[in-house]
Amino acid sequence: MVTTTQAPHQSRRPASTPRSTWLGSTAVMAVLVLSAVYFLLPMVWVLISATKSPGDLFSTFGLWFSDSPQLGANLSRLLGQDGGAFLRWLGNSLVYSGIGALVAMVMSGACGYALAIYRFRGKELLFAAILGGVLMPATVIALPLYFLLNTVGLTGTYWSVLLPSMVSPFGVYLGRIYATSAVPDEVVEAARLDGAGEVRIFLTIASRMMTPALVTIFLFQFVAIWNNYLLPLVMLNDTRTFPVTLGLTLWNSQIQRDPNFYTLVVTGSAVSALFLVAVMISLQRFWRAGLTAGATKG
Amino acid sequence: MTAAPVARRRGRAQRHGGAAVTLIGPFVLFFAVFFIAPIGYALVDSLFTRRSSGLGLGRPERVFVALDNYVQAFSTPVFVESLGRLLLFSVILVPMMVLTALGLALLLESGRARFPKVFRVVFFMPYGVPGVIAALLWGFLYIPATSPVLQGLRSIGIDLAPLGSDTVLFAIANIALWGFAGYNMLILIAALQAVPSELYEAASIDGAGQWQTIWRIKLPLLRPTIILVTVFTIIGTLQLFVEPLILRPLTTAINSDFTPNLAAYNQAFSYGNASLAAAMAVIVAAMAFLASFGFLSLVNRKGNRAW
Repeated sequence: MVTTTQAPHQSRRPASTPRSTWLGSTAVMAVLVLSAVYFLLPMVWVLISATKSPGDLFSTFGLWFSDSPQLGANLSRLLGQDGGAFLRWLGNSLVYSGIGALVAMVMSGACGYALAIYRFRGKELLFAAILGGVLMPATVIALPLYFLLNTVGLTGTYWSVLLPSMVSPFGVYLGRIYATSAVPDEVVEAARLDGAGEVRIFLTIASRMMTPALVTIFLFQFVAIWNNYLLPLVMLNDTRTFPVTLGLTLWNSQIQRDPNFYTLVVTGSAVSALFLVAVMISLQRFWRAGLTAGATKG
Repeated sequence: MTAAPVARRRGRAQRHGGAAVTLIGPFVLFFAVFFIAPIGYALVDSLFTRRSSGLGLGRPERVFVALDNYVQAFSTPVFVESLGRLLLFSVILVPMMVLTALGLALLLESGRARFPKVFRVVFFMPYGVPGVIAALLWGFLYIPATSPVLQGLRSIGIDLAPLGSDTVLFAIANIALWGFAGYNMLILIAALQAVPSELYEAASIDGAGQWQTIWRIKLPLLRPTIILVTVFTIIGTLQLFVEPLILRPLTTAINSDFTPNLAAYNQAFSYGNASLAAAMAVIVAAMAFLASFGFLSLVNRKGNRAW
């Protein structure tokens, strides 16, 4: 990490001999490679299994391909089952996660920014309440929320999943700590002298300076909504409104009845896991920017 | 976790009150409706019960019963068992999670790892796999018929039954570890990278070895982040719901009320006892706060600030 070209004191006590350094590096690499095998195992298994027939799934070795791979057949069955339900579920997941995360990003970004910039009575109390929301297990909210939304007839609709997904207390936390350090007072003052309104300052100037934090809020919320299971489970009853997680468990519950559902569940899991992993890896640098803020400025 | 340090920004409050309301308002409104209101609703509803009058004809009556639902929850053996199970699960998962994430972060940042970026992505990747799908995948890896791991172990004479009654909590903990260790590792790596490199330089000049650098510099500086990761993991364990739900058809070791959340869900949707479900949800929320704040006050006591 740090290379000192000139280190007069190093002769006092060499940190390690070349031999032990080599041993140490080998041990480090061994542990890392073993860990990688652990983290990759289920993914590799599902990608290989997605190419198998229901029979081969049970009769061939799980980490190698069978003699008659049928990825194409599995995929077309996946897309054709129940009138194209899988693509619809995938689309629903995209709608819930995409719109939910976008609105959450704007709302909690604005709130975090305002908490960083303005002073008003009750501010710290409000912030403490929002932080309390970070600590609240999502499962605790879902059940009473169902009964609450039931009284206004919202359950069973897209809104019943979409609206609660737009709240990200963690986003406010991240937005505030990021804006505190990334949006200088002088910039805000200068914009005011130029006659810009407060909301416009946020939308056109501050939001640009907060971009890494905003993207991180979006990503966190996107994944959180995509992975949320309990909320759609309690809210939705029409399979046409299901997100992909709920849809796959619906098929999974029919495995006992019809072994063909094994391939549907396995291939569907492979596709939806691959999809989100690809999104995450391609946006990796944004994760790191936001996590740095969260970890060091908290 | 403390409130973020607030820069001193003076003399703006009165002039820009309207703007502050515009920017804060939408979030606060949504937060109130979809976060605070359900909690309030659960708190109130847990004090009532619905009784159908007479022959069960007509609308059931809502009767105030004070803490009866809580008494009933705590005298329901399966619910109390599920609370104990959750506690045991936390005891298994939290140390496993923190040590794994910390170990991987330190290894990747030790300067001895080749391709650290590749490993970072590989370890983080499972975070993107929904818990449901992770449970489905590991479910296949936990039954001998489809698991290459169990088949391999059997061929060398080791018979493992991950879904047996003694091991099922570990099997579930493993799914959570797989999903979140890389994520927690990234948080720790971010904190490690924020350590000024002069500190390492100074330590190396003073003749500190790798281990000494870890014990004397890295761990003390990581302390707040480790605490953060621990608290988030504790809260995560209290959410336990979907993994046992998915694994349940595969084993007899998981009953329908395996975790408090499952018990509450069943009360609400299988037995139609919403008030008892509300009481159970409130109990889980109280546990989340007690556990988080208990842990925070424990680590923040003066005597425990040894490292």
